[in-house]
Amino acid sequence: MEGYTQYSLIILFLPLLSFVIQIFVGKRLPRKGDVIATGLVGITLLLSIAMFAMSFFIQKDPAFPYHPHFEWLTIGDFTIKLGFYLDNMTIVMLLMVAIISSMVHLYSIGYMEGDPRYSRYFGFLGLFTFSMNGIVLSNNFFMTYIFWELVGLSSYLLIGFWFEKKSASDAGKKAFIVNRVGDVGMWIGLMILFATLGTWSYVDVFESIHAGMLHGGLLTAAGILIFMGAVGKSAQFPLHIWLPDAMEGPTPVSALIHAATMVAAGVFLSLRIFPMLSVDAMTFIAIVGGITAFLAALIAITQNDIKKVLAYSTVSQLGYMILAVGTGAYVAGFFHLVTHAMFKASLFLGSGSVIHAMHHAYHKLHDHGRDPQDMRNMGALREKMPVTFWTFLISTLALSGVPLTSGFLSKDAILAGTLSYYHEHQSLLGLILVFFGFGAAFITAFYMFRLVYMTFFGKPADVKVQAHIHESPKTMTIPLMTLATLSTFIMFTLPKLNPFSDKGWFTTLIQAPEKVVEGLEHFNHEIMEGIHHAHSTAMMISVTVATLGILLATMLYFWKKWDAATWASKIPTLYKLSLNKFYIDEIYMNGIVLPFLKLCSIVGFIDMEIYDKYVIDGAARSMQKISDVAGIQLDYNFLDQTVIDGVGRLAKVSGSQIKKIQTGRLQNYLTYVMSAVILFFIIETIIKAV
Amino acid sequence: MNTHLLSLLTFLPVAGMVAILLIPRDKLNIIKITAAVATGIQLLLAIQLVAGFERGVRAMQFVEHLQWIPAFNIEYFIGVDGLSVPLVFLTALLSFIGVFASWNISKATKGYFALFLLLDMGMIGVFVSLDFFLFYIFWEVMLLPMYFLIGLWGGPKREYAAIKFFLYTLFGSVLMLLAMLALYFANEPHTFNMLILIENSDRLAQMTIWGLQASKVVFIALFIGFAIKVPVFPFHTWLPLAHVEAPTAISVILAGVLLKMGTYGILRISYPMLPDATLWFAGALAILGMINIIWGAMCALAQTDLKKLVAYSSINHMGYVLLGMAAIAGFGSNLAAAKTGLSGAYFQMFNHGTITAMLFLLVGVVYDRAHHRNIDGFGGLAVVTPVYAGITAFAFFAGLGLPAMSGFISEALCFLGAFPTYRTVTIISGLGILLNAAYFLRAYQKVYLGPLNEKYKDLEEINDRELFTLVPLMIIILFFGIYPAPFINLISSSVDQLIDWVQVGSQMVIR
Repeated sequence: MEGYTQYSLIILFLPLLSFVIQIFVGKRLPRKGDVIATGLVGITLLLSIAMFAMSFFIQKDPAFPYHPHFEWLTIGDFTIKLGFYLDNMTIVMLLMVAIISSMVHLYSIGYMEGDPRYSRYFGFLGLFTFSMNGIVLSNNFFMTYIFWELVGLSSYLLIGFWFEKKSASDAGKKAFIVNRVGDVGMWIGLMILFATLGTWSYVDVFESIHAGMLHGGLLTAAGILIFMGAVGKSAQFPLHIWLPDAMEGPTPVSALIHAATMVAAGVFLSLRIFPMLSVDAMTFIAIVGGITAFLAALIAITQNDIKKVLAYSTVSQLGYMILAVGTGAYVAGFFHLVTHAMFKASLFLGSGSVIHAMHHAYHKLHDHGRDPQDMRNMGALREKMPVTFWTFLISTLALSGVPLTSGFLSKDAILAGTLSYYHEHQSLLGLILVFFGFGAAFITAFYMFRLVYMTFFGKPADVKVQAHIHESPKTMTIPLMTLATLSTFIMFTLPKLNPFSDKGWFTTLIQAPEKVVEGLEHFNHEIMEGIHHAHSTAMMISVTVATLGILLATMLYFWKKWDAATWASKIPTLYKLSLNKFYIDEIYMNGIVLPFLKLCSIVGFIDMEIYDKYVIDGAARSMQKISDVAGIQLDYNFLDQTVIDGVGRLAKVSGSQIKKIQTGRLQNYLTYVMSAVILFFIIETIIKAV
Repeated sequence: MNTHLLSLLTFLPVAGMVAILLIPRDKLNIIKITAAVATGIQLLLAIQLVAGFERGVRAMQFVEHLQWIPAFNIEYFIGVDGLSVPLVFLTALLSFIGVFASWNISKATKGYFALFLLLDMGMIGVFVSLDFFLFYIFWEVMLLPMYFLIGLWGGPKREYAAIKFFLYTLFGSVLMLLAMLALYFANEPHTFNMLILIENSDRLAQMTIWGLQASKVVFIALFIGFAIKVPVFPFHTWLPLAHVEAPTAISVILAGVLLKMGTYGILRISYPMLPDATLWFAGALAILGMINIIWGAMCALAQTDLKKLVAYSSINHMGYVLLGMAAIAGFGSNLAAAKTGLSGAYFQMFNHGTITAMLFLLVGVVYDRAHHRNIDGFGGLAVVTPVYAGITAFAFFAGLGLPAMSGFISEALCFLGAFPTYRTVTIISGLGILLNAAYFLRAYQKVYLGPLNEKYKDLEEINDRELFTLVPLMIIILFFGIYPAPFINLISSSVDQLIDWVQVGSQMVIR
């Protein structure tokens, strides 16, 4: 057990060390420190593998939790303990973060080459990895909240890494503020928990809830409010708007933070609080996830920026995971989190490879007007970039849920969960969720193959550009190949080899924790049963819809049997809604942000120009008048001589006073005023005493 | 412990002031160095105080007690507990930093530093006084140098700002004076000794003024006096003006130390001396805290002047202090929450002192170079001055309550303390978390990010002197953000004592 703690400590703090080194001395190091940063993260990868091996070969216990902790802050009976919560989920997450982070570090050596802030970039990656591991390792809500905000910070710094671009710095700001909307909810939820239960630790919170200390509506409210944090971080509807903008950051960052790890932190938190979620809270979560999965998929259809398509696809897939949490399919949700991290990171890095190549080609041609991310400028890249193409294709198949890939297994598990939810409840909501789930699966397959055809197939958009396209360097292709390999089914089913069943190491190690909410004692068992029954049906439907989606994309964009533009013109409203992201940004901007800023400027105006000018200054003037008329009271004489006089003719009187001082009588004046004050109070006291 | 550490701390600046007055006016460097030495030694003494202060002791320490004006039973009575030590240290630190931030003052340098040191004495005096009259003297003494420092060395509208500041505070002082006299006469034998006034905290509750319970009337009078300093809405309008006009170092002192005197006064005087009225008023305090948070943040969002934005952020941040202070009302049902809230309020006072000092220093850096502070008039400064922009990002994130920075912990404690007693108010105040981020990041984006404004392509990077003023504050903010326990342990016993005083006092009244 001790080994776990030490390994975790090293895994947590090495990336922080990398941050500190890069920020303070990075520029002066050989190769600007990229080797050190990558090496440090590489060590965390080795340690994560070691921890995984320990858990897989030695521990083998799917229900082992271990939580070393220490007292950090004590105020009377109020204590905050910080510590680790080590179970199989933690260990798998640590491994996943380490894999993606080290791949992204390696990839960035090629991708970010020559950037003027190269060492700072690696520093920020280190800061992010540290913060992310903090969330993963935390054994309590307070520590989670701390690291929750810190990943927000690193996300802000990396989205706005090229801050000279206004769109990039705007996107960073938007991401942070939108996330804070969710965090306000989360914080209120945490306050409810703490005020009621008096503890932060996951284990203690669950035990207290099990003992009935928090139940009913308040428990549901706490669950939903904490989930609000996940809505922000995991870009769920209606707070999903920041994630597509976050694509302004360097592409490896999009892969690491905005596809694989940080955005999954919301799902991770929802899984952590899974035991305390009441039925109503879960219904809420399922609805949010379902809407997000479907809505984002609809938007992805019409986007032409390669990264925007992937961004909306990420939103949609995160929606799937949240849907899984809401329908109770705990294992499926976490499974999809991990598989998605691999293939989506691969897709983003692949798109980065394409953008990198396009960018260089344009650079060679001295063309700075065209957008290297616009898929309409691409085409036929598969011949020039074979490694990028094949890894991209494998990952696309995984995302589309095609058999033999990891994505097939996890998506299928989620859809089975949704189907079983419908069987269980037989409600309209259940039917809608099923529709959202399979509908999104269909659309996903469609837009992903649209992307592949537009980018890698067909004729080159510009032959001159095509001539300058080259495959990316090894530092970039090795991560691509690694991640594509990790997107195959076998990586998740070992030691079993059945591509149609998720039975394997993953489902052995990861099992849903018991619910602690009253009346849900048999919840997990029922869900397992339901999923088991729905499994084969779900598989058939999901393979069918994926095939249909791919077929449709092939007809439209490969064989060009039909014309996409004609189709779009037939449904102009729907097309425009999708193209303009359902106008959600515009609704927020015109419905909330601008009116609120207007309100703020009105408040600011009232504060200084009305309240201060008329009420406060007016009160001072009338006091002066009263004192003039009354002319009594020692203190008013004093006030009059030195100050109140000035209020009426401010500039004049005080100006002349100040002139007197400037002519060198400061000391005299000071002595005079000081003694006047002291004298005055003594006299006043005497008067009152008499 | 019979040292004269506190007297030394208090009057050392006066020695420095006298020395400066004796130096010929054209020896600028000698004047500055004298001020730096005086405040430097004071800072060392303050560190000695922090080190020598015994943790876990409720009684006052480093006490000095002499008769002063026996006819009125006025004493020279000074001492510190856990509530004053951090503020004494903060004052000494910010005064020292303030001297270096004033290095470029060229107009009447001698007078400036003389007044600066006088101000320093007044501030320390307020935090160590245990005799109400003495407290009052220091309180008033401080007012004068402040008036001149703003009125003479300030910006274009300095006179208006200075007079507004002076009038406002004097109005508060008059009310405070009356309240003080009421406390004095209500006690038999008449005394200004704070500890005795606390011991007999039930006296005023049994009297009436104009048919109202005297303790409540006196509480309100005292509260207004202190609220003006904090400043609590609606007594806050002097602050943005005074800040905008004051020179950088004075803004630092004003926001870093002077504002704390308001909340310190409430906790040192109003709470233990008028416990029944405190509980009666706590709900209103929570609401005022909420208004400060929301109103301050909304005004900050509306500003186009960077310094005014920082000034309004102070109103916003002091709102958290008020919210935490209001948690006292929960001691009956949830003692831990009351203690959490008060500790949070105390911690927030200190943290706001360091964070806002950084903010004002940083605004000063850009103002010294560009000679304006219009948020929309910059753009992309991070390109030319990466270190300056980086430190500003640090300060802004500290200001918006990012974890691992001290402000987060204190804000969190204020929230957690107030929540069990004032749920709705605390939840609404929670919006502050969002609004803080909005106004800081909005300003940061406009000034430091985006395309570089060509006008500032040769902007000079932050220099060593400026770094010297900022780095200590960064270290403190980061240290207490990561490891707040030393601070909490320092104040712990005194917070217990304060809660006890209020608890015992309010029970005495009921009996």
